[in-house]
Amino acid sequence: MAAVIFFYLFALLSIVGGLGTVLGRNPVHSVLWLILSFISAAGLFVLAGAEFVAMLLVIVYVGAVAVLFLFVVMMLDVDFSALRAETSRLLPVGLLIGLVILLQLGIAFGDWHAAPTAPELARAPVPDATLIQNTAAIGQILYDEYFLAFQMAGLVLLVAMIGAIVLTLRHRQDVKRQNVMLQMSRDPKKAMAVIDVKPGQGLG
Amino acid sequence: MENEVVVLIDTMGPYQALLREYLPIVIFLGLAIALGIVLVLSAVVLAVKNPDPEKVSAYECGFNAFDDARMKFDVRFYLVAILFIIFDLEVAFLFPWAVAFPHLSEVAFWSMMGFLGVLTIGFAYEWKKGALDWE
Repeated sequence: MAAVIFFYLFALLSIVGGLGTVLGRNPVHSVLWLILSFISAAGLFVLAGAEFVAMLLVIVYVGAVAVLFLFVVMMLDVDFSALRAETSRLLPVGLLIGLVILLQLGIAFGDWHAAPTAPELARAPVPDATLIQNTAAIGQILYDEYFLAFQMAGLVLLVAMIGAIVLTLRHRQDVKRQNVMLQMSRDPKKAMAVIDVKPGQGLG
Repeated sequence: MENEVVVLIDTMGPYQALLREYLPIVIFLGLAIALGIVLVLSAVVLAVKNPDPEKVSAYECGFNAFDDARMKFDVRFYLVAILFIIFDLEVAFLFPWAVAFPHLSEVAFWSMMGFLGVLTIGFAYEWKKGALDWE
């Protein structure tokens, strides 16, 4: 019974969070609503017994992706009041795009067939939660049964890493950088000399 | 829809014990939310409200605010954040591997080594490129 109450609570909260994200006037508030939505989705995952996915949602989405969204929102430097003033001018175009997307969704759902094996797949054998922890159950199949998908995830991360560096890394030329190796390999014999200066002659 | 929810909740049977372990978290969450609401509401109810334009204006070290708080900042903050996410995900993949380690097959072990190898290549690349240096 408690599970039912919490299911409806989290479902409601995630919908409220989604609506707040879309309708919020301040984009920073939208990101905060999005975080509420993520957290309630994590609650739904816990209710479904997928503890690991729930915690991952909190760590990755709330802890990292939401921070990135905040960064983007802060970095955009958009004058949001000016943007809202233009809304009425852009409304017809927006409505047209919305209509196209709605039609596409209509086509997709109109032609929707569940695969004949779907019911069995939906009841895929989940190991008994009293016998094995959720995380261990994932660990036992993720790395060999889903070998290819796992390796591809690694490659996607590699591409993301390289892409981020290529797109954003600029070395400023006007800044002196520290070269640790050069500093450590500095030889005092070459760097300084003791000169015996005769009195009254100077260094000439 | 109603039936689907009922089915979903029926399948929660084996998880009842698991959900019971979350009770302290629910209590903690409830307390945190209640405390937050109480603190905000008590300020609304108890505090003396006597606003005037000077008191409610933005205050910045005695000056009037120069500018909007929202301004462009260096994109390298974003680079640091995205590199953090990538290593965050790498660690997330390591968790189930570590938990299931005693039962892992040979393939699973080397599959993780390959995964780590690929990401180490990326790490070497970003180190070499100086993406981790700050000017």
